[in-house]
Amino acid sequence: MKKINGNNLTFWLFLAPVLLAFLMIIVIPFFVGAFYSLTDWNATARTGAELKFVGLKNFTDSFADPAFLYSFIITTIFTIINVIAINVVSIALALVVTSKLKLRNLHRVGFFIPYLIGGLILGYLWQFIFNNAVPAIGKAIPFMGFLADPENLLLSKVGTSVIALVIVASWQYAGYIMMIYVAAIEAVPTSLYEAAKIDGVNAWQRFRYITVPMIAQAFTITMFLTLVNSFKQFDVNYALTAGGPATIFMDKPIYGTELLAMNIYRTAFVSNNLAAGQARAVIFFIVLVIITLVQVRINKKKEIEL
Amino acid sequence: MNRKPLLHLFEALMVIFLVIFLYPFVIVFINSAKDSFSVTQYPMRLPENWGQILLNMKSILTSENIRYASSFLSSIIITAVSLLAVTILPAQAGWVLVRAKTKTSQFIFFMFVAAMVVPFQIVMFPLISWFRTIYEVTGIKLLRTYPGIILAYLGFGLSLSVFMYHGFIKGIPFELEEAATIDGCSKPAVFYRIIFPLLTPTHATICILHGIWIWNDFLLPLLILGKGNKIQTLPLAVANFAGAYVKQWDLILTAILMAMIPVIILFLLAQKKIIKGMVAGSIKG
Repeated sequence: MKKINGNNLTFWLFLAPVLLAFLMIIVIPFFVGAFYSLTDWNATARTGAELKFVGLKNFTDSFADPAFLYSFIITTIFTIINVIAINVVSIALALVVTSKLKLRNLHRVGFFIPYLIGGLILGYLWQFIFNNAVPAIGKAIPFMGFLADPENLLLSKVGTSVIALVIVASWQYAGYIMMIYVAAIEAVPTSLYEAAKIDGVNAWQRFRYITVPMIAQAFTITMFLTLVNSFKQFDVNYALTAGGPATIFMDKPIYGTELLAMNIYRTAFVSNNLAAGQARAVIFFIVLVIITLVQVRINKKKEIEL
Repeated sequence: MNRKPLLHLFEALMVIFLVIFLYPFVIVFINSAKDSFSVTQYPMRLPENWGQILLNMKSILTSENIRYASSFLSSIIITAVSLLAVTILPAQAGWVLVRAKTKTSQFIFFMFVAAMVVPFQIVMFPLISWFRTIYEVTGIKLLRTYPGIILAYLGFGLSLSVFMYHGFIKGIPFELEEAATIDGCSKPAVFYRIIFPLLTPTHATICILHGIWIWNDFLLPLLILGKGNKIQTLPLAVANFAGAYVKQWDLILTAILMAMIPVIILFLLAQKKIIKGMVAGSIKG
C-alpha cells in the first residue's frame, strides 16, 4: 500500500495548476507590488526601464495628501455606520423570519434577492431612485413636498450621500447576513425558550439572555464579513456617487464620498501615479489585516464570556 | 385572546414592508416600459403603454454601446469556465494536501489560507504590469483575453476553494481509498472515480459562492478586460452604457432589468440550494 508522500509524483501533479495560478496571480504581484510601492513606478514607464528607489516617500506623501486622509476618515465613518445598520437590520429580519409568521419563507427569499445583484447595477438603480423617484413622490404627496426640493436630494450633499451609500450597501447585504443569523437562531434548542416561558421570562429577556449568547459564534462571522466588506466597498461607490459631491478638506477641494478603494484606483489610473496608488494599497492591506486580527480576537473573547 | 389580531396586524405590516423592500425592482420594471420623457417626469406611475418595454429591449439588444448579446455570452463563458477551474483544480489540490501528511503539504495549505486576507487592491496594479511583461517576453496575451481573466479568477478564488475542499475531504474515511487501491485503481483514478463524486455538496457551495461573485464582479474585469474591448462582461457593459448616456434612464433601467432577469430566474428555480450553499460557505469561510 503506497501512501502519497511529499515527493510523490501525483502530489505535485495534482497541485501544479493551483500552485501555478497562485504564484502568477497572488504571490508574484504581491511581492512585486510591495517593491513597486518603494519606487517611482508610473504608468508611462515601460517594462525594463529603470525604476528609481525612493524609500518610503510614497507613504509619507500619501499621508500628507488631504484627499487620502479624508477618504480614510470617510471610509471609517461609512464602515462604522454600515456595520451597525446591516447587523441591526439583519438581526431584526432574522427574528421576523424565524417567528410564527405564515409567509416567513417568502420573506426569506424576498430579503435575500438584492444580494444576488451586483453592487454596480444596484448603484445605478438607486441613483435613479434618489434623484428621480424620490422627488416624484414628493410632488405627488402634498405633505411630503420637501422631497421634491432639489436642495433635499440625498446625493446633493456629502453627509446625506454617505447615508445613501449606507442605505444601498445595507439593503444589498442585509438579506445575506440575515440568513447567517437565521441558521444560528434555528440551531438554538426550543426547549430553552419553553423553559424560560414557563418561568415567566418576557420576550426581550428571552432574546437578550438566550438568543444573543447562543448565536455569539454567528456574530464573529457576520462582524467579520460586514466589516471587511464595508471597508472594501467599491462598486456601489463607483455607480451611486462616483465620489461626489465635492467638498473642501484642509483647504483643498476633494471628492466628498471617495472611499479608500476608489481613492486607490483613482490615484493610480486617473492621476497616473501608480507607485502612490500601490503604496496606498499596501496601507489598505495593513489596515485590513489589523482590523481582521483585532476583530476576531475581541469576538472570540466575547463568545467565551457570554 | 387579543394575541391573534396582533399577530395578523404584524403579518400585514411585514407584507407591506416586504413590498417596500422589493419596490426598487418594481421601479426598474415599470420604468423599463416608458419613453425617455415619462421616465424622468413620472417615475412612480404605471406605464401607459406596456409595449414600450419591447421597444426598449430592442434598443438595448441593438445598441452598439452595450452589445447585450455578446456581453451576456462573455459573462456566461467567463463564469462557467472559471467555475470549472475553481472547483476541479482546487478539489484535486485539496485532496493531495489532506492525504499527504508532510511538512510541505501543511506549509502549502497554510499559504493558501493566509492568502485569503489579501485584498484585490494590493495586487491589481502589479498584476496588470506583470501580465504585460509576460506578453512582451513570451507573446502570451493575458490582458483583454478570456484565458487572462479566467486565470485571475482561479488565482483569487482558489484559496477559499482549497480551504473548503480540504475541510470536507478530511471527513472522508481513508479506508474507501484503500479498498479501491487494492482493487487496482491508480491514484488519479481513485480521486476522479471515488472522491470527486463524493464532493458534490462542496462543488455546489463553491459554484454558488464564486458564481455570484464572478457574475457580478466589476473591478477585476474593468482592469483585465479594459474599456472598449470586444470581450466585456454584463456589469462592464452596464457601466459603459450608463456612463455614455447619463440621462437616458429609460434605456439604462431596461439594461439593468435585462441584466437582473437571468439571475433572479436562476435564483427562484434553485433558491433553497442557493441560500443553503451561501450560508454553509460563510460559516466555513
